[in-house]
Amino acid sequence: MSMWAGVLIASALVYSWKLLGHLVPEKYVSNPNIRSLATLLTVGMLAALVGVQTFTSADGVTFDARAVALLVAAGLFYLRVPFIFVVIAAAAVASLLRLWF
Amino acid sequence: MSNKQESVKAISFGVGFATGVYGISFGALSVAAGLDFWQTMALSLLMFSGGSQFAFVGVIATGAGVIPAVLSAWLLGVRNGFYAIRLAPIISLTGILKPIGAQLTIDESNAVSLSQEPDLKKQREGFWLTGIAVFVFWNLLTAAGALLGSVIGNPADWGLDAAAGAAFLGLIWPRLKESKLLLLAVVSAFTATMLSEFLPAGLPVLLTALVAVAFWLVELVRKNK
Repeated sequence: MSMWAGVLIASALVYSWKLLGHLVPEKYVSNPNIRSLATLLTVGMLAALVGVQTFTSADGVTFDARAVALLVAAGLFYLRVPFIFVVIAAAAVASLLRLWF
Repeated sequence: MSNKQESVKAISFGVGFATGVYGISFGALSVAAGLDFWQTMALSLLMFSGGSQFAFVGVIATGAGVIPAVLSAWLLGVRNGFYAIRLAPIISLTGILKPIGAQLTIDESNAVSLSQEPDLKKQREGFWLTGIAVFVFWNLLTAAGALLGSVIGNPADWGLDAAAGAAFLGLIWPRLKESKLLLLAVVSAFTATMLSEFLPAGLPVLLTALVAVAFWLVELVRKNK
């Protein structure tokens, strides 16, 4: 398969998942049990993403500046600091720790 | 939750920019893997799903060939389908907006929408603004990364890798007050992190869908008792 064919076919396949979800008939997606599953899947997979983005590297499971930054972020969210400031603070903590150590 | 007083616009813009910066990494990696500028841009414009895009060029870079790259990207795209099921009744797309909204159905747009529950109008606003912001920044910075390569530097130097985790944590934060969802989040994050020891990038997050399904089945059984 040529690179261009691969790029276009893969893009179409990835798009098909997105579209498929939006084409499920209203009566199914509005069902309270399905709503509940969709929320569980969203929260679970986003939390999984936080775990992987924070605690893994090319070498596998890793504890580094990102773990400290996430802990600081959790503390700031708990103190109800606005979202944007927390995200900036997390980036600053991680980059300063890397600068110092 | 602090988000309630914050403008959805600010959150969407912030998430869009922070995510978009990763376009630099993607553009640089893609060109280094052997794709040309326009193939790289086609992935960001048409595939528009970070996990699938990184998987595609990552497999190409290993020399495994185009077909395995296509299959990895396809498999990793499944989670957007789950997000679409959550979003469909909230944004209720019709006509031409349906295919456009489908393309913008990604981690970030769904997460910002979730953070605005239960306000329907703000959930819609968060979905659209974030989807558009990520699309614009992601594509502009993919182009920059593909043209300039690593000259611009690594997003990790600015701590942006930590910002991504913090942002997703903040977006699910309002829901973590429910003990069931807090437990789900902890179990999912732990499971995915540990699975990363054995599985290639992207698969661990996808597999945690099974954790969510298990929680759901427990909930159904309890309800029917």
